Amino acid sequence: MHILQQIFFLLILGAASFLFYKKIRAIRRNIFLGRPKTFEGDPAERWRNVVLLALGQKKMFKRITPAVLHFFVYAGFVIINIEMLEIILDGILGTHRLFAPFLGALYPVLISCFEILAATVLIACAIFLVRRNVLKLKRLVQGELNGWPKTDANLILATEIILMSLLLILNATDLQLQNLGAEHYTQTGSYLVSGLIAPLFKGMSVGSLIAVERVAWWLHIIGVLAFLNYLPYSKHLHIVLAFPNAYYAPLKPQGEMQNMPAVQNEVLYMMQPELAPPPAEGDPTAPQRFGAKDVMDLSWKSLMDAYSCTECGRCTAVCPANITGKKLSPRKIMMDTRDRLEEVGKNIDLNGSFTDDGKSLVHDYITSEELRACTTCNACVEACPVSISPLDIIVEARRYLVMEESNSPQEWNMMFGNIENNMAPWKFSPDERDKWVEELV
Amino acid sequence: MHIKSMAEYMAEGTQPEVLFWVGCAGSFDQRAQKITKAFATILDKVGVSFAILGKEEMCTGDPARRSGNEFLFQMMAYNNIQVLNGYGIKKIVTACPHCFNIFKNEYPALGGTYEVIHHTTFLQSLINDGRLVLKEGGTFKGRKITYHDSCYLGRGNGVYEAPRAVLEALDVELIEMKRCKTNGLCCGAGGAQMFKEDEPGKTRINFERSDEALETGASVIAANCPFCTTMLIDGVKNKEQEDKVQVLDIAEMVVQSLA
Ligand code: SF4
Ligand code: SF4
Repeated sequence: MHILQQIFFLLILGAASFLFYKKIRAIRRNIFLGRPKTFEGDPAERWRNVVLLALGQKKMFKRITPAVLHFFVYAGFVIINIEMLEIILDGILGTHRLFAPFLGALYPVLISCFEILAATVLIACAIFLVRRNVLKLKRLVQGELNGWPKTDANLILATEIILMSLLLILNATDLQLQNLGAEHYTQTGSYLVSGLIAPLFKGMSVGSLIAVERVAWWLHIIGVLAFLNYLPYSKHLHIVLAFPNAYYAPLKPQGEMQNMPAVQNEVLYMMQPELAPPPAEGDPTAPQRFGAKDVMDLSWKSLMDAYSCTECGRCTAVCPANITGKKLSPRKIMMDTRDRLEEVGKNIDLNGSFTDDGKSLVHDYITSEELRACTTCNACVEACPVSISPLDIIVEARRYLVMEESNSPQEWNMMFGNIENNMAPWKFSPDERDKWVEELV
Repeated sequence: MHIKSMAEYMAEGTQPEVLFWVGCAGSFDQRAQKITKAFATILDKVGVSFAILGKEEMCTGDPARRSGNEFLFQMMAYNNIQVLNGYGIKKIVTACPHCFNIFKNEYPALGGTYEVIHHTTFLQSLINDGRLVLKEGGTFKGRKITYHDSCYLGRGNGVYEAPRAVLEALDVELIEMKRCKTNGLCCGAGGAQMFKEDEPGKTRINFERSDEALETGASVIAANCPFCTTMLIDGVKNKEQEDKVQVLDIAEMVVQSLA
């Protein structure tokens, strides 16, 4: 009997790990479909960002209520994973509470700590559900979340509540079994939270208690493994990617826009033809597209950004364009990029390499109207707790629109013409540039 | 007052302390010219030796780059860097945060490396050094004033304190808007929006921002950017408050308070 359980456990553990590994590899491949991007700057400073932004969740603390709640869930979630180690080892070895004999009196203290964390996670998740579904905070119910994203968010919260409840139930029934002196149930002493709910199971027979305890134990571990595999399909992936994303967060002032050396050189050779390299024989490299039409034209950092986005909407809540009712929403930019990237990934899985599907990120997912509404104010970048830049994607897409499609509003075309001819964005004669000097007394 | 150009300094065989980069708005836009004149007057009064490029100055290419026209930007940058390096310019001060940002952060990759200072920071250091002396009980003493952070000075480059320090030196009663500093709301002009209509929506961004500024009850909205100034003035006019509430660049406030 025991050995069958152990084999079954190993099978689901193996299957879950394999599936997870496969999906993570696919995501990694998708991210590196992006263009190379080099990162300068001190690694020490980058690690500092990991500690401050990812571990310390510095930006979350701009708003205290969600920050504290989120911190409980996050800390609870991470620390409870230590207990997962015991559960997994028990499952493999067919033992029960493997660590209890080694830790002695410390064991119930540790488990009690985990239980307190589990209870806070449970309560915080319940409050989050209320914020989303009852209080309906604006950033949590905006249009781009309709459908799957809303379900995703609620599923994550519900799953965490269920997992934490199962953990408490299995401990409570365990305590009850210990009280009854059931075989195999090591005497550990009482736990803090499950000790409070243990009386609920008073009067049940050893047989039914074992049934409840076992069902809770199995549901819990299966739930955890299922959740693990759900992560990569969900916004919840941010719990992993927030860390590399913080590491690669730009260290330069936010106002800087990425240079385009290809265009820089083209202009240079035009102005100083003597500097141009001799044309390469039968030029092997096809000229790269200017800007980004599709996800492959973005940097891999932008693609990792897309997978890291937790759809919290802090960016959209501060976006001047969105606040004033424009279609642009930086959160939607990130969600669109991820959706399109997943689509491209599936295309590659199916065809071996990417086969033109007649679609692209710009136009099919993000419209030029959205792109044109951006003031490049950097509010979204500043607001994002996981170091994402929606603005990088927006400017690359704009470069594509203007340079590849000559798709810009009439007023911008006039501005371009003025800069070219009058050296100023307005129609003034360059001769009048210093006219103000004469008016000065 | 005579304002010398770089060409004049060159002819004399001397170098000014700093180049005043006026920018397109500051050169051509009637409202922004007042800011330019105010800042030039301050520099002159304080005795800073400075030059302008005059007719040799060209658009930095900021609106071109931000709207996506990298070619045009690179052309402008190339030409400007030729001129600036030709004169051996080391230090630039400008009253436009867009010019400031692009010189400071984007020209170095193209071969144009200068010490770049925004005029509010420059004014602050002139005050700190005792070169710029303000009148006791100046025009703005004790008046309720709110300050609008421009995106490219604030979030773009992290300059939040220098302009506030100048306002403090003017003895104003600074009332912050709810969205200020890192959370400041854009005026709506950046990213080449200045040169086109807003995309369809409920309201204009500059209306949203100036309404917030008006709610503070301040009699002056202080700004640090010619584009913000224009945008906010439009917003104040939209609420028909232009008789009661002024929008002024910090340089304009300082020039009225010179000892
Ligand atoms: S940079 Fe663009 S997308 Fe981001 S908040 Fe500002 S206007 Fe919105
Ligand atoms: S980009 Fe950042 S701020 Fe915006 S929704 Fe995603 S995680 Fe939240």
